[in-house]
Amino acid sequence: MPAEVDPGLATLSDQLILATVLLYVFAMIGYALDLAFGRPRARARAEAVPALAAVGGGAAPESASGTDASEGDARRTAPSAWALWAGPAGVVLSWLGWAANLGSILTRGLAVDRWPWGNMYEFVVAMCLAAVSAFLFMQLRYRIRFLGAFVMVTAALGLGFAVRYLHVQAGPVVPALNSYWVAIHVSAAIIASGLFIVAGVSGVLYLVRKDTAVRLPSRQDLERVAHRAIVIGFPIWTFAVIAGALWADKAWGRYWGWDPKEIWAFITWIAYAAYLHARATAGWKGRAAMIVQLVAFACLLFNLVGVNIFLGGLHSYAEVPG
Amino acid sequence: MSEADPDTTTGRSGRGPVTDVAGPAGPADSADRGRGADQALDREQGPDRGESAERGTSVPQGTRAASAAGAGPAGEGGPAGFGLAGWARWFWRTLTSMRTALILLFLFALASIPGSIWPQRGVSDAKVAQYFTDSPQLAEWLDRFWLFDVFKAPWFAAIYLLLFLSLIGCVLPRTTAHLRELRRKPPAAPRNLSRLPQHASFEADLTVEAAAARLRSRRFRVTTGPGWVAAEKGYLRETGNLLFHVALLGLLVAVGVGALYGYRGNVLVVEGDGFSNTVAAYDRYMPGQQVSAESLEPFSFTVGDFRATYIAQGEKAGQPLDFEAALKVTDAPGARERDYVLKVNEPLDVNGTLTYLIDHGYAPTFKITDGSGQVAFDGPVPCLVVQPSTFTSECVIKVPDAKPEQLGLLVGFLPTTVPAGDEWVSVFPGAANPTAQVYGAFAGDLGLNDGRPQSVYEIEPERLKKMKPLLMKADPLAVGKKLDLPGGAGSIEFTGVKEWVALQIAYDPGRMPALVASVVAVVGLVLSLTVHRRRVWVRIRDAAASPEGPDGAPAEDGRPEGVRRQIEVGGLTRTEGGDLSEEFAEIVAALNPGVKDAR
Ligand code: HEM
Repeated sequence: MPAEVDPGLATLSDQLILATVLLYVFAMIGYALDLAFGRPRARARAEAVPALAAVGGGAAPESASGTDASEGDARRTAPSAWALWAGPAGVVLSWLGWAANLGSILTRGLAVDRWPWGNMYEFVVAMCLAAVSAFLFMQLRYRIRFLGAFVMVTAALGLGFAVRYLHVQAGPVVPALNSYWVAIHVSAAIIASGLFIVAGVSGVLYLVRKDTAVRLPSRQDLERVAHRAIVIGFPIWTFAVIAGALWADKAWGRYWGWDPKEIWAFITWIAYAAYLHARATAGWKGRAAMIVQLVAFACLLFNLVGVNIFLGGLHSYAEVPG
Repeated sequence: MSEADPDTTTGRSGRGPVTDVAGPAGPADSADRGRGADQALDREQGPDRGESAERGTSVPQGTRAASAAGAGPAGEGGPAGFGLAGWARWFWRTLTSMRTALILLFLFALASIPGSIWPQRGVSDAKVAQYFTDSPQLAEWLDRFWLFDVFKAPWFAAIYLLLFLSLIGCVLPRTTAHLRELRRKPPAAPRNLSRLPQHASFEADLTVEAAAARLRSRRFRVTTGPGWVAAEKGYLRETGNLLFHVALLGLLVAVGVGALYGYRGNVLVVEGDGFSNTVAAYDRYMPGQQVSAESLEPFSFTVGDFRATYIAQGEKAGQPLDFEAALKVTDAPGARERDYVLKVNEPLDVNGTLTYLIDHGYAPTFKITDGSGQVAFDGPVPCLVVQPSTFTSECVIKVPDAKPEQLGLLVGFLPTTVPAGDEWVSVFPGAANPTAQVYGAFAGDLGLNDGRPQSVYEIEPERLKKMKPLLMKADPLAVGKKLDLPGGAGSIEFTGVKEWVALQIAYDPGRMPALVASVVAVVGLVLSLTVHRRRVWVRIRDAAASPEGPDGAPAEDGRPEGVRRQIEVGGLTRTEGGDLSEEFAEIVAALNPGVKDAR
């Protein structure tokens, strides 16, 4: 394993991450302006229905009347021309930020010639990319732009936190992490976490949203986004845990040993499974299901942050700069 | 635990405690209608209901989950009828109900939390011991509740055994029900297709046979009647769901087998020494209950050179880059010796018994001559690492053979020594400038014969007090240098530097079964989350004879000539969250090639 670090690339990576934060913040402003002054939600939602909802032909009469009502709305509060551009600008800015984020990770990986998630800093940066990617790719298929401002602010805060408190110089990793399992186990954990973040953001918004806040996305939309993200994220998370067990079998001499990280990965898994079950079999909808989902999200965050700080364990990447 | 079709379980009618439909109620409303229709349909077909009734009533009233889910069919608070059999029946039903399984699963997760808060025996014994010295009373109480042995605690076992039972009780009846279901034909078309969540009607030249064939080619299971076709698809959902639960059971069994028939042990080996896999050779040996000493895989090896590589310069100087130990392995007595490079993440595998490199340290070698001029000790002394970043280590040398009195020495080992004031420190973990510094030398009885086991890494302070101090804090010795002990007690020579490796050897027959079970679980899970059970019906009437059809598509010009029939198509998903609209549109298009978009 080469110990050489390319300082030029490492610096470029650090600069790109700052650019990412800025772009995400600008994107957030764009999305926020769109929410506040753009087309009112009600109408955008009626359009979103065919893409997201589980309804087809039968919905025709009802949704038609719904559209009528909101069209009235729209006429009353016709957005000014610039406001119509805020949303698309947000989208473009967030894709730019996404590219910068990706670039930062790639350059860091190239600078140290290994998978660029060998410590907390790199891990959090990659997770932010995963969350933004989850949002942007879902946006390609579904109309969920309403979530943009909230995802962007989360990603910007996450990156800010990483840069301020977790940053370490680019360098090689300890031997335990020098394994192809990093690519499998950690990548899966990152992707799943990104999706869960999108779900978590929707969940928080769902709970704090007032019924009168017509400009915010509707509860139904939020619920659908959260559900989709979790349905995709959960099997990936399961895979990450299993890959972790396979790696542990190679690295620590047992595939499962109730290390704190294992315990909390397991708890998180149970909590998301409970959410899916609650929805699928007990038919829980709305608040109750959302709360289960957020409990699961809290477990996820605790596993990423809390376990590393308070509980320790065998995961050697957990070292953060003192 | 098990994920039934929503309509066969409770809570179908309740949509959760909060039903917020802010804004236009379009989609929610029609979805509801769909569910209503679904329910009505299921009531018509007896067999489907059997299971739901059983599961519904098995839930005692007032269960938190029951009320939160918006209450299904009212539960009968207790056992139906009196007597032992009644209670047993009630207990079994309650235990095997999905809610109980869910609650047990939750408890399982909750119960593992203490295991992450308090140090666990077998994982971090040193920390447990520390806990007992720091706060003995609290530790004793915690110990009473098995909080240092959470995963071996009876209450933990109780939870997973109940869960195990519950899973079995859940899976068995569902498997038979599913097998029956697999052989059953889709139910006949309901009277009013336009009340289904998906529906379309049009006129076309379509016969029952043709419609059935087209649906079959879309891999639907199809049955026909006079003027109607019924089709169903997505049985894989329940199959996946059952697979998942069976796999969970398999996983539990695999873990159990591993615990009973597997073993684990640790051993510290100094470069040049060997190990052969027998119980006696281990420093610590933890067998499962069913392991006999003879069943240990009879391999052996010697540890040759151990090499650690570190970053030499810069901010991260001293960070390890690579560890490797060169082994010479004999797989079985009499077999040919082979070379193996043991690394982190690359265990040695001998027929399923794995040897891991888990730690390393220094073992400086010393030659100790006693007061009578005899060599009383000559060899390596494994030292404990006190500062991992610089590998500053502490060693204890016990010389029971020394005459006239036994000797005990406390020695510091510094791999890369530099002076710091009037001290010496190590600045790098590699052995660039190794020295050994005698902190203390004592003469007297080491107490090795009083029957109590002693750690080789320390001399108890009590014991030291009783011994005669010969010398405190000498200057560091470089390799090859000798220090005379005062009072003619002898001398100590620092002869060289070796390293030791800590190895873990583990055999777990449950590894592969556990892997297979978890892979099956994931496959089953993905199936049960992504596949949806859906039904489609087609009703065909002669156009003239069917005045009805509320939103029948107006006849289009240029339609192919032929017999015109009034076709009605309806569809629904039987599971939560399924989106049939796209597929339904495709089906309608396939049945009615003349019209591009039936919606
Ligand atoms: C699902 C929650 C988990 C997350 C988010 C997670 C994340 C990570 C991360 C970030 C690393 C470090 C890799 C690197 O920095 O390059 C890692 C390493 C590792 N993980 Fe996990 N992990 C999780 C669960 C598990 C589980 C359940 C196991 C075992 C059963 C496991 C076993 C391992 C092993 C063996 C390593 C490498 C060895 C080491 O760090 O010393 N992980 N994991």
